[in-house]
Amino acid sequence: MSGHDHDHHHGHDHGHDHGHDHGHDHGPFQPDIEDRPLTHYQAMTEAVADLLVAKGIVTPAELRKMLEIIDSKSPAAGSKMVARAWTDPGFKQRMLEDVIAAAAELDIDAGGIPIKAIENTEGVHNVVVCTLCSCYPRLLIGLPPDWYKARAYRSRVIREPRAVLKEFGTEIPDDVELRVHDSTADLRYLIIPARPKGTEGWSAEKLEALVTRDTMIGVAVPQP
Amino acid sequence: MSAEAATNARFRPGDAVRVRRAYPPGHVRAPFFCRGKQGVVEELVGAFANPEELAYGRDGRPSLPLYRVVFRQAELWDGYDGPARDTAVIDVYENWLEAVR
Amino acid sequence: MHRRHHDMGGLPAGPVEQAEHDYAPWEKKVDAIMRLLTDKQRKIMTVDELRRGIEEMGPGIYDELTYYERWIGSVTNTLIEKGVLTVDELGRAMEEAQARHAEAAKAVCP
Repeated sequence: MSGHDHDHHHGHDHGHDHGHDHGHDHGPFQPDIEDRPLTHYQAMTEAVADLLVAKGIVTPAELRKMLEIIDSKSPAAGSKMVARAWTDPGFKQRMLEDVIAAAAELDIDAGGIPIKAIENTEGVHNVVVCTLCSCYPRLLIGLPPDWYKARAYRSRVIREPRAVLKEFGTEIPDDVELRVHDSTADLRYLIIPARPKGTEGWSAEKLEALVTRDTMIGVAVPQP
Repeated sequence: MSAEAATNARFRPGDAVRVRRAYPPGHVRAPFFCRGKQGVVEELVGAFANPEELAYGRDGRPSLPLYRVVFRQAELWDGYDGPARDTAVIDVYENWLEAVR
Repeated sequence: MHRRHHDMGGLPAGPVEQAEHDYAPWEKKVDAIMRLLTDKQRKIMTVDELRRGIEEMGPGIYDELTYYERWIGSVTNTLIEKGVLTVDELGRAMEEAQARHAEAAKAVCP
């Protein structure tokens, strides 16, 4: 699989606009793939999309709209919710009770799959995995990073969470309970990281910048 | 949570449960590593269409209560090398749980 | 005791490789197809069927393919089984996609 370079992107229609900022770093530079044949699975993807359109099962507009929605989802929505929870105890309570309704208060569409917010406290640090596949709160923090879906993380974080967190530069003291959530079913998990000391009086924008994707998965803690 | 789940659920938060030691072929959502292990019901999440049926194109009825079950890491793994207070919470459907007496 | 290869919690593995790649357009297209097929309006397949199809690929293929390769493989098999697509249609449409791609590359890469 190849990372692609947006600036060099050209040729056939992929059905969405590349002109906007995706809000995350691009992968390492890869040579233009356009002059190589499609892989078997790329051709399959194009063929399935074409056939679904030809049969009237999806319209080109629906496909394009969905691609735009996928591109529009990023950790920013989750960061905004967490920063609000840090400064508004009532909101935090509502978020702990019903993430989707709390998201709607901030005009964030969290979709229809139930999401559970779990709060890190002085006594408990939480981290999320899906050992069976790759369940992840995509509507609040975007598509998952590669490592979240890969064998090493899925196999190890449930059994040796402290060692795995250490690989991410995160040390949890022994007097804090480390709790791993295996998201195996109909729930998605979003961690509300603990607000760092010394951030009193910070603006919402400044607080949101502390709430990275990895802090909402639980492999990192906010770094002021 | 749906009224259906609240009234039909076999277990309540605080109940000791064990994940059944069963190894059927096919699609299941109870991870291998927790089978036969004992935990405590943390929360009844609600009733959900049965994934073991949905996976084969059927409608998933009747729906199943889903629980968040907390396990001590030391119960899950021989020689867990972290503090005894460490835990794992696994989402388990009711058909995979049995009461511990 | 039968343990399936996707059910990997607790198995030994190496360090977590933290490098990330930017999702390619075709990968997002797979994601978009899946979301449309499972939406309330269509309900052509479920995420459970997607997972079952991936699990049934067997350990060799599961590890060999990338994430979205597994997805489109499973989606396509499910659509064939349900009679939404035929194998013959797929073969022809894949040929056309490949030809279109070659034409587009020729047109813009002198």
